[in-house]
Amino acid sequence: MSLLVVKDLCKRFGGLQAVDNVSFAVASGSIKALIGPNGAGKTTLFNLIFGALLPDSGQVWFDGKQTDGWKPHQVAAAGMARTFQHIRLFPKMSALDNIAVGRHVHSRAGFLASMLGLPWTRREQRAVREKALEIMRFLGVEELADGEATSLAYGQQRIVELGRALACEPKLLLLDEPAAGLNMRETSEMAKLIARIRDTGVTVLLVEHDMTLVMNISDEVLVLSYGEKIADDKPLAIQKHPEVIKVYLGEDDA
Amino acid sequence: MSLALLFQYLVAGITYGTIYAIVAIGFNIIYNATGIINFAQGEFVMLGGMIGVTLRALLPMPVAIAGAVIATMLVGALIEMLFIRWLRRPSVLRLIIITIGLSIAIRELALLLWGEGVRALPYFTGTAVTSLSVGDVHISPQVLWVLGISAVMVAALNFFFARTLLGRQMRACACNREAAQLCGISAKNMVTLSFVLSAGIGALAGCVISPITYVQYDSGSSLALKGFTVAILGGLGNSMAAVAAGLLLGTLESFSIWVMPAAYKDVIAISILLLILFVRPSGLFGNAEAARLKDY
Amino acid sequence: MGRRRNLPIVALAMAVIAVQLLTAAAGKPQYLTQLTMAGYYSLVIVGLTLLMGYTGQISLGHAGFFAIGGYTSGLLTTYNLHPLIGQIPVSILQACGLLVSGKDLYGADLLVVRPWAACVVALLVTIGIAYLVGKPVLKLKGHYLAMATLGFGTIVYKVVLGSSLVGAADGISDIPAFPLFAGLVVTGKSALRAQNYYVAWGLVLGAMALLTNLIRSRVGRALRAIHGAEDAANAMGVDTGRYKLQMFVLSAALAALGGVFLTHYNGGIGPSEASVMKSVRYVAIVAVGGMANLWGALFMGVLLNFLSLRGSFGSYDDAVFGLILLAIMLFAPDGLLRAEFARRLPGLRRGQKAAP
Ligand SMILES: Nc1ncnc2c1ncn2[C@@H]1O[C@H](COP(=O)(O)OP(=O)(O)O)[C@@H](O)[C@H]1O
Ligand SMILES: [Mg+2]
Repeated sequence: MSLLVVKDLCKRFGGLQAVDNVSFAVASGSIKALIGPNGAGKTTLFNLIFGALLPDSGQVWFDGKQTDGWKPHQVAAAGMARTFQHIRLFPKMSALDNIAVGRHVHSRAGFLASMLGLPWTRREQRAVREKALEIMRFLGVEELADGEATSLAYGQQRIVELGRALACEPKLLLLDEPAAGLNMRETSEMAKLIARIRDTGVTVLLVEHDMTLVMNISDEVLVLSYGEKIADDKPLAIQKHPEVIKVYLGEDDA
Repeated sequence: MSLALLFQYLVAGITYGTIYAIVAIGFNIIYNATGIINFAQGEFVMLGGMIGVTLRALLPMPVAIAGAVIATMLVGALIEMLFIRWLRRPSVLRLIIITIGLSIAIRELALLLWGEGVRALPYFTGTAVTSLSVGDVHISPQVLWVLGISAVMVAALNFFFARTLLGRQMRACACNREAAQLCGISAKNMVTLSFVLSAGIGALAGCVISPITYVQYDSGSSLALKGFTVAILGGLGNSMAAVAAGLLLGTLESFSIWVMPAAYKDVIAISILLLILFVRPSGLFGNAEAARLKDY
Repeated sequence: MGRRRNLPIVALAMAVIAVQLLTAAAGKPQYLTQLTMAGYYSLVIVGLTLLMGYTGQISLGHAGFFAIGGYTSGLLTTYNLHPLIGQIPVSILQACGLLVSGKDLYGADLLVVRPWAACVVALLVTIGIAYLVGKPVLKLKGHYLAMATLGFGTIVYKVVLGSSLVGAADGISDIPAFPLFAGLVVTGKSALRAQNYYVAWGLVLGAMALLTNLIRSRVGRALRAIHGAEDAANAMGVDTGRYKLQMFVLSAALAALGGVFLTHYNGGIGPSEASVMKSVRYVAIVAVGGMANLWGALFMGVLLNFLSLRGSFGSYDDAVFGLILLAIMLFAPDGLLRAEFARRLPGLRRGQKAAP
């Protein structure tokens, strides 16, 4: 069964067709990788799926609902979470608070209840903190809880951002270059982490340039070039796909 | 309403509109170079007028005006060098507040120096009652001065940005700061220059308009709001469109007296500003996609 | 935990009492007048701190909301409905007990809206306007937001300055006292000085209690997230548009509350309360207080307003606030009373350690 279905999605920026009639599906419980040279439109595709950009045409179906035209917070509430290519942590907030923001859709205290400090809001707050800590433990970074998120080491920031997305307890997790800027050891740890997340039942769609990571953990790979889909297949088949070799792998191997 | 009166309103509108356009161009020059909206823009106009009037007491008018323009340019340069240049990666909020602080400081300083009195340069030609008559229509020669000098200013600026090396360097910085710096252009000096230029045109506008509108220590803030409205109306950064937008706003304001008491004249301009910001922040002539791309 | 949370509020309450006792002991009860007024201004400031410091949305129009509150209540409690007696709307209001009759200075009959009703209407009007203005305005960012709120503030100023209904340049005067309950009356009478001081500071305490709860809550976290990275907050499920709007309306309502009470306390209100310079002053105080520092803003607000009201800045009042703004933003953009410092105070620190 497909958790996410994208149909004929198009997005144009001025004279540039950033996403050109792209269709694909992500099976429930799988890891799908989205690869392509810089500027291929991968991030734009993520933004379209998440509602951060409006598509010119085409449809997005998530978990049986048509979600194109929704705002990001509505998409998030429906069970999707994301990380960003350029880390977007909340500055001047602790790592734990950053992750706690991810619990937003699973808690409900509004302005009035919060101002009055009603007892249930305090219980909810405690539960949120517990859950955030639990996630930090799962990621192996609970000792960072009190540190200011944006002053952490780069690799740690990536993990905290991942934790923030996990705190949403998403059905589908979109990761935009989760290993960008990480060294080899950190990258392989990130790969293991993503596989573990998948094993907890979360479906993952990720953009990544690190081919080892992509080939090791993905169930399927989608290749984008100049906004167009040029291949969508199992990793092994992708490695042999002539067009992919030409536009993408060929470039790297040269 | 006679045709002649209609025309009279039109002329008044165009006169004010021209000044709004010059203030808007001042906004644009600094905005293009820095991404800053200089909330002290109106104060340049006020300073030009005030210094001009002061120097006029000692010097012949053309010299006094030149002196006022140069002095205000110096103020512009000082402002940039003392308050903007050395900030490292300032946030937009910080820059907004700094330029607001500057506008208050200049205004209060002006109050200290010149008091609350209303001042004006004498009419460049003739007196307040001199007018050129074409049939029923009477035009003060000062209006022609305003239009003429403004037109020359706009033409000179166009020439400067299109033809001179310095102007092209400024444009290069506006397009891509890093790339321009790689080509050996000092982006910081370009920013200073943008403050100098926009102070200079503001001051000149302040001198030529002062016989008609008078100048007072606090006349800058309302001009700034109008100028900003015009800059937005034309699309921030687009100076030719600002001229059209300025004339439009000036005329609208002038005719608004028919439907509203004069006390609410400013309300018209600001309502237009809000309306444009809400429905079309890229301006009447701008490209919506392009405007959204800019990172504020 | 609950008790530790409330410690700063209790401390503030004790400080309020201590100050009153001190002024009484020192034989300077006249200071209470300025402290009362500073208290009402503090309501604007703490609301603006949440909007600007926590949520990251600048407003250069909050004096407008203060003025809308004050003017609405002032107009309703002074506009004479006596000539309209017998007309149906007036009769209905009368029947509902919303009107009160009296005599004006010259002994003529006066029929005006009861202060309680006027206060409620003033708050509702402000909330309505804040909602209508905030909805489109808060979609803007940076300079656009600053200019749009400045524009709103200027419109309010020009309208009150140009409308003879609200006294144009003279403003409204002879605004009646505002009897609250249990004999408490908001009035400038010097005999009731201490009482009024406590009324004002009771309101401030209440607002501080509500707002400190708010910043420690899920909503407070979401607001800070919006400040830090709006798109990321939105992606985490925060309805950023709605939160910004709610915060805007809340801060406007607090400003209006201050406006209503101060207007009845002073017995009048003039257009200067709506001026842009007043809005800039509020922004300056929030900035000196440390932007995202509620207690810092409260402290600086009281200090600076007290000095200003006592005339310590002479004719340089506006200049002082302009220079403060400039200096703070140049040299200490995080404010004098930094949040880091405030966090070290007991009870303010968020319990970040895991519960054992
Ligand atoms: N908001 C935008 N406005 C205009 N062009 C954009 C915008 N976002 C991305 N682009 C352009 O669209 C193309 C695809 O960008 P992107 O999706 O970021 O590529 P990728 O993530 O695959 O590297 C690039 O050429 C980029 O410059
Ligand atoms: Mg990308």
